[in-house]
Amino acid sequence: MAETAANPTVETGGEDGETRRDFLLLATSAVGVVGTGLAVWPFIDSMNPSADVLALASTEVDLSAIEEGQSITITWRGKPVFVRHRTEDEIAQAKKDDSATLIEVQKDEERVQKEQWLVIVGVCTHLGCIPLGQKATDPKGEFGGWFCPCHGSHYDTSGRIRKGPAPKNLEVPPYAFIDDETIKIG
Amino acid sequence: MSEVNWKNPVIKWVDSRLPVFSMMHHSTAGYPTPKNLNYWWNFGSLALTVLVIMILTGVFLVMNYTPHTSMAFDSVERIMRDVNYGWLLRYLHMNGASMFFIVVYIHMFRGLYYGSYRAPREILWAVGLLIYLAMMATGFLGYVLPWGQMSFWGATVITNLFSAIPLVGDPIVTWLWGGFSVDNPTLNRFFSLHYLLPFVIAALVGVHLWALHTVKSSNPLGVEMKTEADSIPFHPYYTIKDLYGVGLFMIFFLAFVFWAPNFFGEPDNYIEANPMVTPAHIVPEWYYLPFYAILRAFTADAFIYLPFQLLFITPKLAGVIAMFGAIIILFFLPWLDRSPVRSAKFRPIYKQFFWLFFIDCLILGYVGAKPAEGILVVVGQWATLYYFAHILVIIPLLSKFEKTRPVPDSIASAVTKTAKTEEA
Amino acid sequence: MRKIILSAVAALALTAGTAQASGDAVELHKQDWSFNGLFGHYDQAQLKRGFQIYKEICAGCHSLRLVAYRNLQAIGFTEDEVKEIAAEYEVPAGPNEFGEIIEDGELRKRPAKPADKFVPPFANELAAKAGNGGSLPPDLSLMNKARKGGPDYVYGLLTGYLEEAPEGVEMPDTMYYNKVFPGHQISMAPPLYAEAVEYEDGTEPTLDNHAKDVVAFLNWAAEPELEERKSMGLKVMIFLIVLTAMFYALKRRIWADVH
Repeated sequence: MAETAANPTVETGGEDGETRRDFLLLATSAVGVVGTGLAVWPFIDSMNPSADVLALASTEVDLSAIEEGQSITITWRGKPVFVRHRTEDEIAQAKKDDSATLIEVQKDEERVQKEQWLVIVGVCTHLGCIPLGQKATDPKGEFGGWFCPCHGSHYDTSGRIRKGPAPKNLEVPPYAFIDDETIKIG
Repeated sequence: MSEVNWKNPVIKWVDSRLPVFSMMHHSTAGYPTPKNLNYWWNFGSLALTVLVIMILTGVFLVMNYTPHTSMAFDSVERIMRDVNYGWLLRYLHMNGASMFFIVVYIHMFRGLYYGSYRAPREILWAVGLLIYLAMMATGFLGYVLPWGQMSFWGATVITNLFSAIPLVGDPIVTWLWGGFSVDNPTLNRFFSLHYLLPFVIAALVGVHLWALHTVKSSNPLGVEMKTEADSIPFHPYYTIKDLYGVGLFMIFFLAFVFWAPNFFGEPDNYIEANPMVTPAHIVPEWYYLPFYAILRAFTADAFIYLPFQLLFITPKLAGVIAMFGAIIILFFLPWLDRSPVRSAKFRPIYKQFFWLFFIDCLILGYVGAKPAEGILVVVGQWATLYYFAHILVIIPLLSKFEKTRPVPDSIASAVTKTAKTEEA
Repeated sequence: MRKIILSAVAALALTAGTAQASGDAVELHKQDWSFNGLFGHYDQAQLKRGFQIYKEICAGCHSLRLVAYRNLQAIGFTEDEVKEIAAEYEVPAGPNEFGEIIEDGELRKRPAKPADKFVPPFANELAAKAGNGGSLPPDLSLMNKARKGGPDYVYGLLTGYLEEAPEGVEMPDTMYYNKVFPGHQISMAPPLYAEAVEYEDGTEPTLDNHAKDVVAFLNWAAEPELEERKSMGLKVMIFLIVLTAMFYALKRRIWADVH
């Protein structure tokens, strides 16, 4: 079977014909590309959090049962969150450490809304393990806060990284006091 | 195959190690296609378009679907209500299935009309039939997944058919079910197979195109390409024509998706599967209806059952054999049809029988949709008989005795002779 | 010849459709729903009235388990109003700190939150049947899509009760005659009547309005995406028509030398 080499750029009326077709080709291609982009978006967006997942994006926590010196762990968006009712000593130490050498510089008052309540995401900022320190019998590291057993990161009473491989302080999630005894996280 | 001299050094480097670019060129800009193809030739590329849409939407649907009887129905509703654009993905997939069959049926009827199955395209035709069989399996499996009433009862009816096989029928059905009725094991394995088969279809499509490129396209005249004057390169002529066809098709397809998304469906499938309640009328999806009619036509008192009765075959088994047989006999068309002329364009008698056959298929579809009562019972039996008569008797007879019209020498001579575009 | 074939196909396609009830085909009166047609949309005020009817009448027996309270924001309630509505209902709470799910002899419960799905009137199917003389009131979340005729069928059913069965039709005392229900005998007593519910927006509380409002609400429950779907459809269609026209123009240009 002989190969046909019909030239697609055959003149259809001289210069004018060619430029007209080129413009049409360009315009059609442009519209086609836009259309393809618009068509691709629903597929990508379908992978974003769905409405039912977003509805569970916030959790309310009752603080009234947490005594001074106690910590509880709640689940928020699938992650553990430490809610600690700090003692006077812990608060004082945290404020004193504002002037210590910090790996990620942050003042304690930037990390709390009411100083006796520390709300932090219990996920080590190194590689994601859950630090120990919630229970009274847990090791708390050299700075009185939390200690991550995976690679030895030490966090202080404000949840700041003080020693070890973690690069950042324990994350403070968005939260608000609905009333004196309840916070809403997320 | 002429060698392409690539100017771009990167392309040259890649191509000399893996000839992707040469292959692309060989199948498009360097591929001779008859210059007289009409729009009935668009349906192959449309079928490929729909296959891609089905696989894409399917993969994204699976990200949110759970194939367990306790969660399947609800997971589909979660897709419809909570997943971003989930309703769009679901309706695209659901209506895409119907579109796939509409496109493929037109594609097949094109083949029947123009003699596309004739030598040297027997294998091309056979691979096409394999694709069709795989599509029917895929569609059946997929319809079970939403776990609605029709999902469950359609699965029950069709899997029960296998019990008609003598001796090993019942063990086979138990094996298919993975239990003693359609239940969770069945749903899970149907899910696995439904995900698998489309890729088998994709591979078969590859073989289908390979076979096509070996023998090249036929054309409305049924006269093979002989000289350069008969052909034009696939690219840009048919690439743009196919794109235009895709545009028209998408308008048709999306009209259903956005404004009549449940037109092809059954309301009963919006009721969760209940093994204790059988719906008043179990109906398969529309694209199975003609075969459903053939299956049901073989009752103990049907006249078409007689030959099977003589062979000690039960009516149920007769129906199953006839149903599958209706597709199997199509494989033999290239040998049943021995007419010296390929295309119905030059076969005035065959042309009329073609349309009668088409109407017969519509009648079978209608009978399949309705309850097997009243006059429709007899109509179904005669329509079934006619179906087989057309393929097994009429076509061979016609091919021997029909007085055909004179066929043009070449495409080029035919095209220059007529002023207007050839009509199908 | 082909024209005849194609019109035959069209005629067949229109009449064939799906298989249906043997014998009597019930004529459904097509209503003029706001959500029908190319530009279909919901009337929020109507959806709120329909929700009121569902809540005050239907919810006594029929669950709406696929709809969450938070979805009600789509029909015009504020976030706080939704919280209030949800809090009227109770859902099982998890175990207490001792791992008990039964407290003081009763299942632990908590007020529903917006994220919760509508609380069903009965704990399970058996309780539902026991409370309804052996019949199971179906869930209504998909009712408008689960019956042939859709909203017209549901409307027809709600307005299709007859006080007495027609001549010659025998009916047990526990059943009611309905023009539209398949078999004409339905175990649900007529749920709607004029002034069954007091509307706050001044709409006349006729049986017809009640029926229309609740059917519109049920349509939203079954197809909450309808408005987005149809408006997206319009935009997509216009885009496609333009793009296809451009493809056609390009095709004619490229093929000019062949024709």
